[in-house]
This record gives sequence, C-alpha cells and structure tokens, in this order.
Amino acid sequence: MSKRTVLYQKHLDAGGKIVDFAGWEMPINYGSQLAEHKQVREHAGVFDVSHMTIVDIHGTDALAYLRKLVTNDVAKLDVPGRALYTGMLNETGGVVDDLIVYRMQDHYRVVVNCATREKDLAWLAAIAGSFAVTLAERPELAILAVHGPEAIERVCTLLPAEWQPVVGALGNFRCVELGDWFIARTGYTGEKGLEVMLPASQAPAFWDQLLATGVLPIGLGARDTLRLEAGMNLYGHDMDESISPLAANMEQTISWMPEERDFVGRAAVTLHKQQQLAGTLPILIGLVLESRGVLREGQKVITDKGDGIITSGTFSPTLNCSIAMARVPVGTTDCHVELRGGNTAVRMVKPNFVRFGKKVFE
Amino acid sequence: MSNNLKFAKSHEWVSVDESGLATVGITDYAQSALGDVVFVDLPKIGATASAGAEVAVVESVKAASDIYSPVSGEIVEVNTALQAAPDLINSSPLDSGWLYRIKLTNAAELDGLLDEKAYAAVCE
Repeated sequence: MSKRTVLYQKHLDAGGKIVDFAGWEMPINYGSQLAEHKQVREHAGVFDVSHMTIVDIHGTDALAYLRKLVTNDVAKLDVPGRALYTGMLNETGGVVDDLIVYRMQDHYRVVVNCATREKDLAWLAAIAGSFAVTLAERPELAILAVHGPEAIERVCTLLPAEWQPVVGALGNFRCVELGDWFIARTGYTGEKGLEVMLPASQAPAFWDQLLATGVLPIGLGARDTLRLEAGMNLYGHDMDESISPLAANMEQTISWMPEERDFVGRAAVTLHKQQQLAGTLPILIGLVLESRGVLREGQKVITDKGDGIITSGTFSPTLNCSIAMARVPVGTTDCHVELRGGNTAVRMVKPNFVRFGKKVFE
Repeated sequence: MSNNLKFAKSHEWVSVDESGLATVGITDYAQSALGDVVFVDLPKIGATASAGAEVAVVESVKAASDIYSPVSGEIVEVNTALQAAPDLINSSPLDSGWLYRIKLTNAAELDGLLDEKAYAAVCE
C-alpha cells in the first residue's frame, strides 16, 4: 500500500498529478513543471517533502557518533543553530546516502533521503554500536520547503511576531527551534528559503496560509530541474554505494583534518584520493548542450580519455537549454553525446549552473 | 475546431478541410502524458509522409516521443510557431499546437482511423 503525506488531499485540491515516488504518492507537477520552476526562481514556491526521513540523535556520545558516521566533521557545528551537508560512506568508500546534520539545543537531527529510508535506519543503528546514543525517527513531523527570492519574507508574515526577526535573520545553513517547529535555512533549489519541520497535524493549515499569500505549490518535476541547475546531487543517480564521493563532486564534504578522526570509509576514500591523482578514478562534471535536444541519464559520453556516462540530465528552464551531470575520466577535455542523429558536442563546465537565478559559468 | 477529427491509437489527430488538406497534431491525452514540451522536430516541407511511419519528434522534459503520421501524403506546411513556443502543444494541442499540414494521397486511410468515441475508449 502506497504511503501518503498529511498533505495528500491538499495536493489533489491544487491539481497535483500524483505519481509513485519510492512507495509514496507524490505530486510530479500541478499543471506545468516549467511554470513551477520559474515560480521558484522568480517568486516563491512550496514543496511538501514530508516523505523524507528525520532522525533525532540524543545522548552523551551523539557528537562522537556523528563524527564517525559522516565524512564532514560535525564538531564544526560549534553552537546550536548550525547545520552542514555531508555524505556517509560504507567501508569501501561508497556513498550510503547524502544528508544534512543539524545541531539543535540538546541534540542533533539528521534528514536523510526518502528512497533510502530502510537502508539508512539500519545503517545508523549499526554504526551506533556501543556509542551512548538514542536514535528516534520523527515520522509525526511534516516538512515544508519554501524557496525563492520572496520565500523568507512570505513565511515570516505567517509566523508569530516574536519569531519573525530571528527567522528573517537566519544565515545560510543556520536553523532555530521555535516551540515545536524547527526552521532551517537549508534547501535543494539554489534559491534562498526555509525548510520548516512542524507537527504534521499543523501542516495543512500552514500550507493553506502559504498558498493564500501567493506561494505556489511545486511538484517533484520542478524540484529536479531546480536542484540540477543548482549543481546538487540526487542520490541513486549521481552517486550510490558503488561510487566514491570523490567521483561525485563531494570532496568538499570530506573533512580530512584532523587526521585522527576515523570516520567510516576514511581508509577507502584516502585511497580514492590517490587514485584520482593518478587518473584512475573518474570525476563528476557538468555538461551543457547548446544546440537542440535533451541530455538524459544513462546516455554515453564519448571523451578524448575514454567513455563516460550521464548521471542526471534535463532541460534547464533558466538557461533554456539542456544540462547534465556526467561521470567522465580525469583529464577529459572534449565531450560528445550520442543523441538522435549522431554525436553531438557538449560543453564541459563545473557541475553548477545557476545560483540565485543567475547563470554561474561563462 | 472542426468536428470531423479522426484519431490514431498512437494519439495523433487528423482533421481534413473541404479541399482535402489535412492538419495533424497530438491529442490532449498525449500532451498530458508527455509533460512540458521543450523541442519539436518537424518534417521538411515537400517531404513524403507514410501512414504509420515516424514523421516528427516531440521532446518533453520527460522523454523524446516519436510522432507517427496517421495519413500518407506530401507535407505542405509546418507550424513554425512551435520553434519559439513549443508549449503551444501543451496549452492548445488540438488548435494552435498543430504540427503539420499534409496533402492526402489516399483519403481511404481515414476510414481506418478512430472516431472521437472509439479514441476515448482507447484512453480509458
């Protein structure tokens, strides 16, 4: 039986076209994913991401546990109200998932992907081992992500007066607990915005209020074009358990220092670093197709250093052409993709295309 | 919009005017299944189309989809507005989202196509 978030009826009321997403019935669009993409880049849109998995971590060993579990160093969150993006690896240095870790007043919170829920919960429990920690999944919380240049302002108008200044002033990757709501400046679109984690029972009313201020509902189709424009990975596509973070544009999520911090997969990924320097581990790059057509996942990339593959591809509404992420050999200088009608040249760029609505490459 | 529309099982429609000139497009069912259209590859004017053979490609955010001509004949006009506005196929699939106009070489082919009611049954 498929799962539904507490906002399922709201999606239907808004004209949502429902599809299966990892066992959940979710809206792929509410009419036009291109229009929804534009809405987020120019105004504000709301995504129901309540299908994602929230786990709270309590206990005296919470920090030590997280410093072992993830590649980024959670000790960097020196005070409550900070968050970071990271991967967690298996012993062979493959990516188990990517996630955000939030430091809250008395504990930590991680938000992991929906499609990897069972695997991740088992993994989190296994690594907890003999650490003095308690893991508590929070299925009774809904998550509404509101993003776009007008998003924070719109959300603030709906909050109690005494909350507005603190939420309005949140810096990037900062967060705050307010009553039983948790609000963070994190997101998956490359726009400013907030992720609001709130009791599910309160989500429908908040959704209605957001729509009443002119924030439009945004489906999973636009979510994918937005995140790809922003150069953000999608687990299961741009990386998976067989892929090193170094081959997935995730090196910046690894805190190599201090050397004594032994996180799971450290030895393996240290070796991957050597392999990459020797040219035997691939890299993840961005591709731009300046002529007609759409790059799609699974298409072969022909390079001057051997074959590569497109891991994510779509049409970029902001750039009005197709973009992709592709895994190719180190040192590649020339790429072609086999499209209908022959091999088409594509431009190589860093895997980051649009930020705050503007093209970021030359 | 004329009411003498005929349909193919592959979700193309064809409408014929008094002079025997046919207009072809895809149905509302098809545009909804495809999602937002971003590119359209139309046939060349003067080209020959054969019933059941690929004649055009409609590429959406979701996938590239081959369009099969429901009728045979010579392509005499294509909808150039679709270059700058491929979304016309989504917003007006039976009207301003038309794909091409064709001079029929075998009008009997129309008898083998579905009428509106039979096509609606296909979409069930």
